Amino acid sequence: MIPQNSFFEAGRECSSGDFELNMKNIRNFSIIAHIDHGKSTLADRLIQATDIISDRDFHDQILDSMDIERERGITIKSQTVCLPYTAKDGQTYFLNLIDTPGHVDFSYEVSRALASCEGALLLVDASQGVEAQTLANLYLALEHDLEIIPVINKIDLPSADIERVRKQIEDDLGLDSETAILASAKDGIGIEDVLEGIVNRLPPPLSGDAEAPLKALIFDSHYDPFRGTIVHLRVSQGKIKAGDVISFMSNNASYKVEEVGIFQIVRVPAKSLSAGQVGYMIAGIKTVSDTRCGDTITLKKQPCDSPMSGFKETKPVVFSSIYPVASDGYEDLVIALEKLKLNDASLIYEKDSSAALGFGFRCGFLGLLHLEVVQERLEREYDLSLILTAPSVQYEIIMNDGSSEIIDNPALYPDPTRIQTTKEPFIRAAIIIPDRYMGAVMSLCLERRGINKNYQYLTNNRLEMIFEIPLAEVVYDFYDRLKSVTQGYGSFDYDIIDYRETDLVKTDILINGERVDALSQLVHRDRSVERARLACERLRDEIPRQMFKIAIQGAIGAKIIARKTVSPFRKDVTAKCYGGDISRKRKLLEKQKKGKKRMKMVGQVMIPQAAFLSVLKTDNS
Amino acid sequence: MENPCQAEPAGIYVHIPFCVWKCPYCDFYSITDMSLKEAFLGALLDEMQIGKETGFFQKTRFSYDTLYIGGGTPSVLDAEQISRIIEAACRSFQILSDAEITIEVNPGTVTPEQLRGYRHAGVNRINIGVQSFQDANLKFLGRIHSAQNAHLAIRQARDAGFENLGLDLIYGIPGQSEKSWLADLHRAVAYRPEHLSCYMLTFESGTQMDDDRKKGRFCPADEALTARLFETTISFLEDHGYAQYEISNFARSVSKRSRHNQKYWTDAPYRGLGPSAHSFAEARRCWNFRSVKKYVETLSTGKLPIEEKETLTREQRILETIYTGLRKTYGIDIDKFNKKFSTNFEEILGERIMPLEEKGLIQRSQNRCFLSRRGMLFFDSIVSILVQECKN
Repeated sequence: MIPQNSFFEAGRECSSGDFELNMKNIRNFSIIAHIDHGKSTLADRLIQATDIISDRDFHDQILDSMDIERERGITIKSQTVCLPYTAKDGQTYFLNLIDTPGHVDFSYEVSRALASCEGALLLVDASQGVEAQTLANLYLALEHDLEIIPVINKIDLPSADIERVRKQIEDDLGLDSETAILASAKDGIGIEDVLEGIVNRLPPPLSGDAEAPLKALIFDSHYDPFRGTIVHLRVSQGKIKAGDVISFMSNNASYKVEEVGIFQIVRVPAKSLSAGQVGYMIAGIKTVSDTRCGDTITLKKQPCDSPMSGFKETKPVVFSSIYPVASDGYEDLVIALEKLKLNDASLIYEKDSSAALGFGFRCGFLGLLHLEVVQERLEREYDLSLILTAPSVQYEIIMNDGSSEIIDNPALYPDPTRIQTTKEPFIRAAIIIPDRYMGAVMSLCLERRGINKNYQYLTNNRLEMIFEIPLAEVVYDFYDRLKSVTQGYGSFDYDIIDYRETDLVKTDILINGERVDALSQLVHRDRSVERARLACERLRDEIPRQMFKIAIQGAIGAKIIARKTVSPFRKDVTAKCYGGDISRKRKLLEKQKKGKKRMKMVGQVMIPQAAFLSVLKTDNS
Repeated sequence: MENPCQAEPAGIYVHIPFCVWKCPYCDFYSITDMSLKEAFLGALLDEMQIGKETGFFQKTRFSYDTLYIGGGTPSVLDAEQISRIIEAACRSFQILSDAEITIEVNPGTVTPEQLRGYRHAGVNRINIGVQSFQDANLKFLGRIHSAQNAHLAIRQARDAGFENLGLDLIYGIPGQSEKSWLADLHRAVAYRPEHLSCYMLTFESGTQMDDDRKKGRFCPADEALTARLFETTISFLEDHGYAQYEISNFARSVSKRSRHNQKYWTDAPYRGLGPSAHSFAEARRCWNFRSVKKYVETLSTGKLPIEEKETLTREQRILETIYTGLRKTYGIDIDKFNKKFSTNFEEILGERIMPLEEKGLIQRSQNRCFLSRRGMLFFDSIVSILVQECKN
């Protein structure tokens, strides 16, 4: 038996060494679901049911700690929590809920999180039924041989159609629908069944040899300002404890373990973690970049023979430059990026500069969502206002002299007369949709210069389509468009396959004849006119009228391919100014002055931050 | 030579916060509840009494060469009440014998007796809020008077002995053509007023008219047409003997300019009395409560009804000097500017002025920096550009 109550008080050291003896009382699981099917609410209920946090401290979506996660209803940074649960059989179990991010940009992180589990709850909305992400996530879970418990959620809704959803679970997912648990996380219905299901239907961790050399998987890490990097790990064999000297198998870096423990909203230190357990390790690691998701931890002196499979180094695929709007904001940006980097190992950056925007950074991201998340976090958490340049992929440029360069920044694009050929990255995109959307997806992909390589029915009305598409077309706004043409049913995953020859041009934007370097883009020639026109239109809508006509032009080299005009003010004069007006007018000017810090001057034209951002924006509305 | 011990004469502004009817475009403070008139008058006299030796005016013993009774609608007060105000002001403050004493009147609220009474009380300048000589325009502006009232009021003012007379007109009214505006100007100059204020209709935020505009209840006049009317006004009045001296103000001669209003544009000191009135001297400014009730209450406890005070930084003073200075056709007096701020105008603003100068919006000659006629049309934008990176 495990001694309890006081055991779980925050900050207290685990008093027992019984953990390793009770592997059968541990369950490691994730919740997988389509967006909005109630994953965070179910997690909330499970946490509440197990009493690890007082009602006073509880708030909704407790695992989504970033504002941006709660607002967008998505999980960006996965979290882990260990739930102690006394089951009907009278035994206490430790249920490790490993939360996963929910976006294709982070699918590698999801796969690492799932790799640390034995089972997963597959959540399906009782009125919406099986949707694309349900399927995509199920495949991901099955790849890791997870035991799946289907949970039909939101059964309290008037529109709930449990029988139809059961049939879908049977037909589309190939799971036994009889075993599905009926629940309403919102109303707390079925929560006990879910907990019992986890205990009884998910297997305990394979009791790997606790005496074998340590082998543990890093599935996440985060930064704590007081303790440094907190590594989230799953021990698959052996044991890890404070004082051990460990090494990371990908880079042989070694550290001395200061503390291990488990997550219960707060960290609870433990004497050791052994095979099957999920928890954390603190080892004086300064930045999260030193730890890599998917890497294997072992003991330096007694290493295991082989690392866990599936480790990949995540590589950024989308690049954009970030500039502070205020000219004196550079130092703040430096500090903010350094801090953000502590928590986001996949973010890379280097110095960059622009004639129009001054000093900034060229940054690499996992995808467009990652880019948006980084931007929002910088602006919110560090109170910066930023301008981001149009996202670009990496192009391989082969020069006339046979040399080649990798370029992701339009500013570095060489003189076209020196270029022999240009190559761009292609991806293999797997898109899973209900077959009624086949036509829409086909035309979307063809419009994006995609080549349809294959398609196959997964079930009688669910289709997998394989395309080869230039990555540049996908980073632009592909995912949003796919969702919209498939009404949210389309799921999408991709791998970069190779570089292929392309017809690349650099489009410039000129404002009153002056080139704004930060607005240049590298685009396929077929897309150039459309993109330039769109950029000009958006600038026209966002640049405030001024005393003079403002000409906005899109150009390739010296050739103008698009043109829009901001018509001038005809008058801009305050009619009266007497004793009571002066102070108010001064304050207005002072406010404007502040506001203009958020604008950039190009020639005589003030361009607001919103104008730069609008060019970057991808929605077609 | 300026004598540093003897400050330049200051002005007094008295705000009469009552109107028979609130005009929808106007953002000056006023109420329509006339029952508070007497209480207000009592409080106003108290403010003069308490104020003469307190507040930031006490340091310097100012003399005053203007007294401006504005509003609101001062003509809701009868001659006896106006007389009390002037007498009390003379008791509390050193008002020079040749001071300009102005009253603003609304054509809908005056009688010949009243006007004679004002003149008799010592008012020597009258400003009539005509706004338009066309009933349709007056209706749009929500005025209580008719064109007929306006004509009558002007004649009555002359008859009452006002030799210094000013008229206020508004243009840029929806539906108004250039011809129609010129007709108003013709009628105005026919009376040979000494002074004319021609205001482009502005939608001040918080006014009923601005609200109506935002809700699309009317369509504002075409911007290009209004811009043209601005220039038409200046040329027309010039041709008829009126020289522009401020964006919206014209006078038949330098001596007929509003001595009082010029104080606002030359950073001269002024003391504001009455609700919402602003006072200013050197780098300090304060203003009274924008509420008759609060104004009366505070004075009844023997305290000045000051809502807020501010002391301007050097940078703020420079900003205000540029803002007010460029409103005048004379522009900014560069020598004065340099002396006042111990700086070099050219050095701190030259770089910003140059491109505007090249575009013919701003001009410099010897000791002045001023907006061209076209530049005045873009006054707000130009000031905004000039004050952006004002190095000190």
